[in-house]
Amino acid sequence: MGILKTFALGGVHPEENKLSSHAAIEVLPVPKQVIVPLGQNLGAPSKAIVKKGDKVKVGQLIAEAGGFISANIHSPVSGTVLKIDPAIDSTGYRRPCVFITVEGDEWDENIDKTDTLKAEIALTPEEIVNRIKSAGIVGLGGATFPTSVKLMPPPGKTAEFLIINGVECEPYLTSDHRVMLEKGKEIMVGIQILMKALKVEKAFIGIENNKKDAIAYLSELSQSYQGIEVVPLKVQYPQGGEKQLIKAVVNREVPSGKLPIEVGCVVQNVGTALAVYEAVQKNKPLIERVVTVTGKGVKKPSNFLVRIGTPVEQLIEAAEGLPENTGKVISGGPMMGKSLTSLDAPVVKGTSGILIMEKEESGRKTESPCIRCSKCTYVCPMGLEPFLLSKAAKLGKFEMAENEMIMDCIECGSCQYTCPANIPLLDYLRLGKLKVGQAIRNRNKK
Amino acid sequence: MDNIIVIAVLALGGLGLIAAVVLFFIASKFRVFEDPKIDEVEEALPSANCGGCGFPGCRAFAEATVKSAKENKSIEGLNCPVGGNDVMQTVGNILGLAVDATDPMIAVVRCNGSFAHTPAKVKYEGATSCAFAHALYGGEGGCQYGCLGLGDCVAACNFDAIHMNPETGLPEVNDKCTACNACVIACPRDIIELRKRGPKDKRIFVSCVNMEKGAAAKKNCEVACIGCSLCQKACAFDAITITNFLAYIDFNKCTLCRKCVEVCPTNAIHEINFKPRKPKPESVPEKTVVRKAETVDKEAVPAKEQIEKGDTKAPDAATEVKEDIKVTKE
Repeated sequence: MGILKTFALGGVHPEENKLSSHAAIEVLPVPKQVIVPLGQNLGAPSKAIVKKGDKVKVGQLIAEAGGFISANIHSPVSGTVLKIDPAIDSTGYRRPCVFITVEGDEWDENIDKTDTLKAEIALTPEEIVNRIKSAGIVGLGGATFPTSVKLMPPPGKTAEFLIINGVECEPYLTSDHRVMLEKGKEIMVGIQILMKALKVEKAFIGIENNKKDAIAYLSELSQSYQGIEVVPLKVQYPQGGEKQLIKAVVNREVPSGKLPIEVGCVVQNVGTALAVYEAVQKNKPLIERVVTVTGKGVKKPSNFLVRIGTPVEQLIEAAEGLPENTGKVISGGPMMGKSLTSLDAPVVKGTSGILIMEKEESGRKTESPCIRCSKCTYVCPMGLEPFLLSKAAKLGKFEMAENEMIMDCIECGSCQYTCPANIPLLDYLRLGKLKVGQAIRNRNKK
Repeated sequence: MDNIIVIAVLALGGLGLIAAVVLFFIASKFRVFEDPKIDEVEEALPSANCGGCGFPGCRAFAEATVKSAKENKSIEGLNCPVGGNDVMQTVGNILGLAVDATDPMIAVVRCNGSFAHTPAKVKYEGATSCAFAHALYGGEGGCQYGCLGLGDCVAACNFDAIHMNPETGLPEVNDKCTACNACVIACPRDIIELRKRGPKDKRIFVSCVNMEKGAAAKKNCEVACIGCSLCQKACAFDAITITNFLAYIDFNKCTLCRKCVEVCPTNAIHEINFKPRKPKPESVPEKTVVRKAETVDKEAVPAKEQIEKGDTKAPDAATEVKEDIKVTKE
């Protein structure tokens, strides 16, 4: 296979721990009640258009996009709207959610529920984008950026390549891996649809070399589709980051503060490609997703196809319960995921996994002074100086942090992972990004 | 030998003289006129450079006051909160202007969610900063509006006026507070507010900023404002407004009558520096008193418990009742 491609700067290689990579996707039974948060995507939260007592079907629109960067939300179940009230979500805050009591499983008539592959793409690029927009599809890798916005390059910019992200560089998570293995054909059609929408001739699927079966399967499939190429990549975290993936696959560097379209690339997750296929060919909005439930103590690490709004607790029950010595439950992967404050939090569009950490591995180690080893600088994939930025943020020198390009930080956590002094670098980086972001927004307002 | 010394002195002296002459002319040519009053005003200011006036430091404030006095013949709207009325009077005298007395202010922490009322539900081991906790995980207690207890306000204070109480986990403001606004800005949850100090430091305020519906607020904190509007009805001066299930007392309208404090079912309204109130005959249920007076003779201990159970008022009110009973017993 020769030398595998990867990104140039930094990166770490945490223990992979892909415990659930052989567990086929199971369909989780529809829960008794779903809690659908109104703010599931990056950007403005959606506006509810149903009220208490309304009857809804699966796939019915229940909330409209609340702005340009926002997405529609569809009912993941059929039943009655119980209330629209704040409920705890994965951020730890109580935010407005639509509670739906489930009655039966009645789908909207327009949705094609059959499994047959529909390969012909009948729609025009504009129709495709509109269909994706109305289906409420957002980036399923975790950032939840509305997909339709990415498919509409700003005037004067054209896309050259479509890059499909099948990297799944986060340890433990296997949802994308399973999707690639089980829904490969659908993904291929989804990629064709995205290529047509973007009017590009070439698409790459970047997959890390620890998923050899997926590389083999998708390479075989790609023979029969024009312009799709599978690129095996060296295992390196955070290769799933948009900018790192572009560097790894087409060797282009996205300028600081700019979007990938600047270098003619659009990056989409494999899960998103599948959702696009389902929305465009089967008319099915984004109402379910694949979620990995895993952890060293979990009896049955699994991949579940889950309706949006299912409480996390049910997923854990389906994986045969919470282990006794659970230290914390993380929504997402161990590197970038977020600890949940309550198991009542629902699965949202961006939930790629539920990771259950044991007590021994979940606690932080004692912090000691910085020894100036500059390990954090070596591993930073954005070429920043985490020790400096975090110190600046800690001392409240946000101007300095801004000058040192804190806003380029992708919050991958490599610096904190590698720090021998166990300094909570990422905490301070996030604080700094938050404050600097606020300052920039205030400045732009004036 | 003498010659060298003379030459050296003359040469250096001459150079110095030439430089002095040149500098004299340059200085008079490029002289920037600065109102001497600016220096005088700056001298009168407390030199805390805290920024409480809204200007970056005392010098900038002095410049602004002198400019305002020259242009508008008044220094209205400019106030040094640290110096207070005394300093502003001195500044007024320097500038030859009358200065209206302003009410002295103090920072008030509007949260009562101590460890007892909002026990920690999660544990976070990373950076200890309120701004960070607020943004990332919403704090350890259940209330998403309440005090995070990590001390951003304490760090922001330049006057040693705000400290964490380790028992309650809430910051407490002492008399050193100069109302410079630093803690108000530092608090990510807008819990700290500048309020009128009040006569003899007496203040009444709603010690809660929870904007959730009553049931949700009370679920997380026993002493939260539930927006029941009893205080609004009790207030005869229209000082209380309720927005988003949260009462707010306008300190300019409040007459410190304490009626709202009495009616608040969750004790969310706090009174500060008032004398402990005497038990009113109608506020203490007569029946309990009589019954206790009877039982005290027979069994002293259970009677005490009954008093405490029977009286749901504040603890000090209960102790007062007890004292009262002792008196009747005698």
